[in-house]
Amino acid sequence: MDLVATVLDGILLGGLYALFASGLSLIFGVMRLVNTAHGDLIVLSAFIALVVTDRLGVHPLVSLVLVVPLMALLGYGLQRGIFNRTLGSDILPSVLVSFGLTVLLQNALLQIFSADSRRLQAGNLETLHIDLPGGMAVGVLPCLMFIVALIVIGGLQLLLYHTELGRAFRSVSDDQETAQLMGINNAHLFGLAMALSLAIVSVAGVFLGIRTNFDPSIGPTRLIFAFEAIIIGGLGDLWGTLVGGVILGVAQTLGARINPGYQILAGHLVFLAILTLRPQGFFAKLR
Amino acid sequence: MQSNGTLLEARGLTAFYGDFQALFDIDFRIKRNETVAIIGSNGAGKSTLLKSIIGLVRAKAEAIYFDGKAIGGNPAYRIIAQGISMVPEGRRLFPSLSVEENLSIGAYSKRQGPWNLEAVYAVFPMLKEKHNVAATALSGGQQQMVAIGRALMANPRLLLCDEISLGLAPVIIKEIYAQLERITANGTTLIVVEQDIKQAMAVSDRVYCVREGRVVLEGRPPDLGREEITKAYFGM
Amino acid sequence: MNEAVQIERSTRISRLFAAFGLLLLLFLIIAPFYLGRSELYLLVEIFSYLALASLWNLLAGYTGLASVGQQGFVGLGGYSLFALTIFFRMPPIVAVLAAGIVAALLAVPTTWVIFRLKGAYFAIGTWVVAEVYRLVFAQVSALGAGSGTSLPTQVVQSIAPTRAARDNLIYWTGLGLVVAVLAVSYLILRSRWGLALTAIRDSESAAESVGVDNYRTKFLIYFLTAGATGSVGALISMQKLRISPEAAFSVNDWTAFVVFIVVIGGIGRMEGPLIGTIVFFLLRGFLADLGPWYLMLLGAFAIFITLTMPKGIAGWLAERFDLDLFPLRRRVRLPKLKSKDSTHSALVDDSTVLPT
Repeated sequence: MDLVATVLDGILLGGLYALFASGLSLIFGVMRLVNTAHGDLIVLSAFIALVVTDRLGVHPLVSLVLVVPLMALLGYGLQRGIFNRTLGSDILPSVLVSFGLTVLLQNALLQIFSADSRRLQAGNLETLHIDLPGGMAVGVLPCLMFIVALIVIGGLQLLLYHTELGRAFRSVSDDQETAQLMGINNAHLFGLAMALSLAIVSVAGVFLGIRTNFDPSIGPTRLIFAFEAIIIGGLGDLWGTLVGGVILGVAQTLGARINPGYQILAGHLVFLAILTLRPQGFFAKLR
Repeated sequence: MQSNGTLLEARGLTAFYGDFQALFDIDFRIKRNETVAIIGSNGAGKSTLLKSIIGLVRAKAEAIYFDGKAIGGNPAYRIIAQGISMVPEGRRLFPSLSVEENLSIGAYSKRQGPWNLEAVYAVFPMLKEKHNVAATALSGGQQQMVAIGRALMANPRLLLCDEISLGLAPVIIKEIYAQLERITANGTTLIVVEQDIKQAMAVSDRVYCVREGRVVLEGRPPDLGREEITKAYFGM
Repeated sequence: MNEAVQIERSTRISRLFAAFGLLLLLFLIIAPFYLGRSELYLLVEIFSYLALASLWNLLAGYTGLASVGQQGFVGLGGYSLFALTIFFRMPPIVAVLAAGIVAALLAVPTTWVIFRLKGAYFAIGTWVVAEVYRLVFAQVSALGAGSGTSLPTQVVQSIAPTRAARDNLIYWTGLGLVVAVLAVSYLILRSRWGLALTAIRDSESAAESVGVDNYRTKFLIYFLTAGATGSVGALISMQKLRISPEAAFSVNDWTAFVVFIVVIGGIGRMEGPLIGTIVFFLLRGFLADLGPWYLMLLGAFAIFITLTMPKGIAGWLAERFDLDLFPLRRRVRLPKLKSKDSTHSALVDDSTVLPT
């Protein structure tokens, strides 16, 4: 039963990782851009939520009303101001720029908030649990995270396959030059994609902040989790990313059961194993 | 609307790919409702000419006038919004999109006009049967129809066609050009870039011949002799 | 035409630079006789960063393998040195080289995994591997686990009997390492291999079509740079006399700063790491008191340079002044054109050099 509880925890944790990953997957799909500052932006969202909850005295989930639009705006600005200029056949400029962004963000946060560990206070949410048969209990927060992940990914799929904007994203992903012939303003569209990505990132950041202690330095590890979820699930498939997140989450919780220090390492090892044995992931669509 | 019927005009149009000059001081004038063909051998600059008009290759502001307005230097999306649309060389359909989605994305600029999904299906009925199929799974001829339909969805006043006969069987080419004639009969101006000289002459009101980035011959098909064209085309 | 067209490599500037470099090297060799402890320590730091930057430039700038996981090999080298000297009583200077071999050997299974990834995903993959190494060593209690360990006194003393001699030996090892790295890089880039690398970076499919074995070439470069990076890592930890997972495998110290040096100096050019290292240490000297602001400025500066001067300072110099310190490009020297009619002037004078 204990094992089942651990696996269940891992599955639900996978929801959070899928949230980390879907924003990254979207921008890679649309513009072949990998933003290595992605994890630091998740942490930034948590800190913004911290400020909002402190100043306005609202619940962290309520702070989303402010945090999401703010991060979306930041995403649009970042893309049009900086990242659009790095797009092209060479991936180095975007990697370099996002590296610069990582250092900039981490140290800015360090300067403003110091290296102290923080937590978003969510009151009851943190401790509420649902009792399951067999004497197990599962937290309401992890369930909520998983449901939100389902909604976000479902929403993205809906957007991509049933709206004009989604069609535009897919066109630009296929052929940037011909997309222009449709009347699409690529620069603006990329901005929208990044805005959407950071909107998702901000939701992930708030949940992260509620769930664990955070400080300016934990960004890069979140990036790695997002990346691992994407690769395990297979590039280009959002539901695959959810599965990837779940596999990663379960690997981590099982690893933590053996020894708490092994949690992250277990995830990495499973990732490397899958990469070696099945490099295209489980549901790869994109090349 | 320009009173003298000129829809598109180029004055001293030049174009560069990096340091390489592809077009040298090109002048031309296209009248409303005309069908103009641009012929020339490979690398002569025909595609570059179309790309300059549509904004994929940057031109100087004063070099291109559409209905009296200077459009040179405008980004492609703005030029599409003003009423020029292009069927690109090689069709360039979006592989991730179905036939119908490819057509729909052509209407992204939301220009008003007679062309919509139903109208396109009326001209190319076999596309309606395959509307949910991945666009690149169709035959060459059908893909060309999708590409043309997609360009029409932008309700252009001027339609540019870049080498639409490439890789297609003669029978299909004939049918596609027949459809094009019907399409343009109600007011769309057409510029076709063609390697097939006979086809170009058969379908156009006027012909421009381009060689090494310059216009070397211009005239109406009945007035142009074979020798004249060959000389201009090959530069002998 | 009177003479055949000649292909030449060196220019006056590069010959001057070579002479200057030789002179500088001589001064550096005898440095322990006129510089103090802290200056020597700083120089070893500079050598380390220059070596790491040159290696990363070779890997990413020339071969197109944008690894952000080289800190994995830095840490591996450091931990190998500690393990070899503590558990196997290996002489420390020898251990620096042996640590490099260990790092190179571990690069082999690394490639089996990460060479399946491309582009930016390859980059993050290398990072994950480095993280794995860090987490593994954080579990090894014999080497201090998470908090690390110091180099035991007997090991320290086995480097050399006196402190001054130790400082000098470490210094000369560092100098030797960086000279070796620069020399070997130069030789590789000058050879046919160097052309192959540039071809791979520019277009893998095109390179393959002219007969370059992409996989083998990339593998060899990755293997060699991993080994050299390991040795540098060993030296760094030896100089610090201490090792910990966080310090040895630090992304910031061994990748971010290295990347910034190469980007600012000029990626894909041999002068880049040189210029970048000088700029980096100048900035550090003047701004380090600002704490996190210094790092923020560095990050912002790197973004700025990537966007405005994608070829870095060296690239800008090369374009503006046709400056080429390391003679790597092949230049075409046109022969003097003699015309039959003496009233015409020569179209091209005999010093015209067209770069290729």
